[in-house]
Amino acid sequence: MTDIAAKAPPAAPSVGLAWLGRALVAGLTLLALYAVWVLYLTDQPLLAALVFASAAGFALVFSFKRFYATRFIFPGIVAILLFVAFPVIYTIYLGFTNYSSFNLLSLDRAQAVHLAARIVDDTTERPFALARDPAGYRVFLPEGDGGLLSDPVAIDGTPATVPTAPVTAAPADLLAIKDMLPLRDALALVEVTLPDGTLLKQSGLRTFAKTQPQYELQPDGRLVSTVDGAVLTPDNSRGFYVNEAGEAIPPGWRVEIGWKNFERIFTSEGIRAPMLSIFVWTLVFATLSVALTFALGLLLASVLQWPHLRFKPLYRLLLILPYSVPGFISILVFRGLFNQNFGEINLILEYLFGIAPTWNTDPWLAKTMILIVNIWLGYPYMMLLAMGFLQAVAEDHKKAAALEGAGTLRVFFTITLPQILPPFLPLLIASFAFNFNNIVLILLLTRGLPDIPGTVIPAGQTDILGSFTYRISFMDSGQQFGLAGAITLIIFLVVTLIAYANFIAMRRAANKGGN
Amino acid sequence: MIVERPRDLLIKKILAHGFLIAFIALIMFPFLVVVSISFREGNFTTGSLLPDRPTLEHWYLAFGIPFTRADGTVVQPPYDVLLWMFNSVKIGSIAAIGIVMVSTISAYAFSRVKFAGRAWLLDAMFIIQMFPTTLALVALFAIFDGLGAVSPILGIDSHWALILVYMYGVTLHIWTLKGYFDSIDPALDKAAQIDGATPWQTFRHVFLPLAVPMIAVVFVLAFIGIINDYPLASVLLRSEDNLTLAVGSRLYLNEFKYLWGDFAAAAILSGLPITVVFLLAQRYLVSGLSEGGVKG
Repeated sequence: MTDIAAKAPPAAPSVGLAWLGRALVAGLTLLALYAVWVLYLTDQPLLAALVFASAAGFALVFSFKRFYATRFIFPGIVAILLFVAFPVIYTIYLGFTNYSSFNLLSLDRAQAVHLAARIVDDTTERPFALARDPAGYRVFLPEGDGGLLSDPVAIDGTPATVPTAPVTAAPADLLAIKDMLPLRDALALVEVTLPDGTLLKQSGLRTFAKTQPQYELQPDGRLVSTVDGAVLTPDNSRGFYVNEAGEAIPPGWRVEIGWKNFERIFTSEGIRAPMLSIFVWTLVFATLSVALTFALGLLLASVLQWPHLRFKPLYRLLLILPYSVPGFISILVFRGLFNQNFGEINLILEYLFGIAPTWNTDPWLAKTMILIVNIWLGYPYMMLLAMGFLQAVAEDHKKAAALEGAGTLRVFFTITLPQILPPFLPLLIASFAFNFNNIVLILLLTRGLPDIPGTVIPAGQTDILGSFTYRISFMDSGQQFGLAGAITLIIFLVVTLIAYANFIAMRRAANKGGN
Repeated sequence: MIVERPRDLLIKKILAHGFLIAFIALIMFPFLVVVSISFREGNFTTGSLLPDRPTLEHWYLAFGIPFTRADGTVVQPPYDVLLWMFNSVKIGSIAAIGIVMVSTISAYAFSRVKFAGRAWLLDAMFIIQMFPTTLALVALFAIFDGLGAVSPILGIDSHWALILVYMYGVTLHIWTLKGYFDSIDPALDKAAQIDGATPWQTFRHVFLPLAVPMIAVVFVLAFIGIINDYPLASVLLRSEDNLTLAVGSRLYLNEFKYLWGDFAAAAILSGLPITVVFLLAQRYLVSGLSEGGVKG
């Protein structure tokens, strides 16, 4: 491998082009700075800082010739930082917060929600109707035979306040209730003023009433109820407003809570036990998947490698078919085939042997099913790799051993296997890492079911760590992002360990191979 | 191998072919069943592998055409599979183009351009490349949930957000392409350098033309990887019209609305083109992967 001693281009092609380049750099930098501003406004200071650093780096690298060599690697580094490193680090950071469906907002937005809460003054509640008008609609508040009719208002989602005036008869073209339903959200923004100056808003499906804010903001950030004077104090250690009794009033906001999520994982009995069982199953699943696909792939590759075998290309094509069908389709097909009530597999087993295994409800059968499917999906990859490595094994070694009287199996285990294992090892480790996080398989095949009984948060017998975090974040148990982030840190540590092992194995293989 | 008696050889041959044929029959079973189901009446398992009364109902529905049964009832397609396919192809192509552009230039830099910290970065990349997207799911959801407040284009349920997220794939493909660039004869770029080419010109006029086949393979790999993704797309996409094939297909086998027959036809329709593309590209895939992994 040679390296081009990176040096600046000898001369700029033309002055005009150089200026164009500079303008482009400036324009892109400005665009990135605008993105920084937007990110900062949306409470993403970390990401904003990262984009800012990228923008600054971009301007620097592409403006000065001394950074010429860096220009080639710059896009890649930014992509890795933004799309790989940052999301991973941010997820782990979230593991130290209480981010969840209860603490989803920022403090400002939680405050805004409380301040937007309004109390209806029941005594002023009165029915209303909407009348069509060339300029939109009019709100009609009946009173005896006549009533109060407002000025025309558009009701298109813009807030509006319109005055009303007394009329003696109801307007002709009133909307039916079902026609008013689509307008409901927009109508909530419309206020009408009575002749005496009272403001009325929609308070129910058919009623308008005087409403007032439930809380008033105090200068110190507390909220005081306008009804009973109760005080809500923002508690930044819990991420909730708390009342005098110390009870949290939702919605809450996101705050850092230190190691509490980890404490829950390691001390709460309802979480620790399922976590441990999921962790063990993840390891077992990944190990067995690698070992079994490797064994099967190697066996098939050895048979295919046999010189006396005919129709090799055809066999090879058919054997790699499972690998070439998109994984999500195969997995879903198996989901249907293994269905214990109306799947084809049980139909056949029932017909041949009179048994109908409960693939979906028995934990051990469910795990067996996952392994069967994963072997089906994974052996062709191992076979293809093994075919490549087997070719590299010197034929004379095998012949010499055979001349000494060694049988086929003996030759395989003493000559072939030791030769292909070192170059194979990094790929086996990579495959282990892949299966350790093979959440597509779990999510599409079982969704972690059947559930482990008696857990605090839903956890499945077939869940692996990755699918478990997916489940507690996005499925059925209240978006516990904080807890998911904490588990992500555990996965991260294991993956780093595997990756490092792979790195070492690769180095060794490369050294032995003489590369 | 060495000298073998003809009779032993024959037995061995029969055993080998027997084993392979039996194994392939077992492996092909799901494919055969799915084809059979797609022509079978109704959405539940009944009857034999060869349907008694074959019907094209599921195929009509997969193509989005309402089907009129013999008794006159009209069945509407449950889902718009072709739209999902279009979504998948659109997202996959755009993201794969982005991945190819970034990883080609980075792979060239790692292979040929000298810059400070190159060896260190390469090692770091090898480790980072093994981090699965699972590790980032929560953060990605949080980020795009926030960005959606500014502009729906970058929010949850936007294809552009998903395309950005799929740039995650660059590290793996930088490795594949770097392995290929390393195998290009150094004499070529030496020659270009002597003729006064800048590294950019060497890349543009020497490496890029040479790498076109490999870039095409990386494009196909990135594309297929994206089409096959379920977790990211299921977290970032919401409305039924926006779904990708992988997320949408799962709706067929919902516990409460189990459309086994409709799924079978839709699966073959959508899986076949991808399978063909993959079979054409797989030769390069394996060599690329094993080289990228071993050489370093």
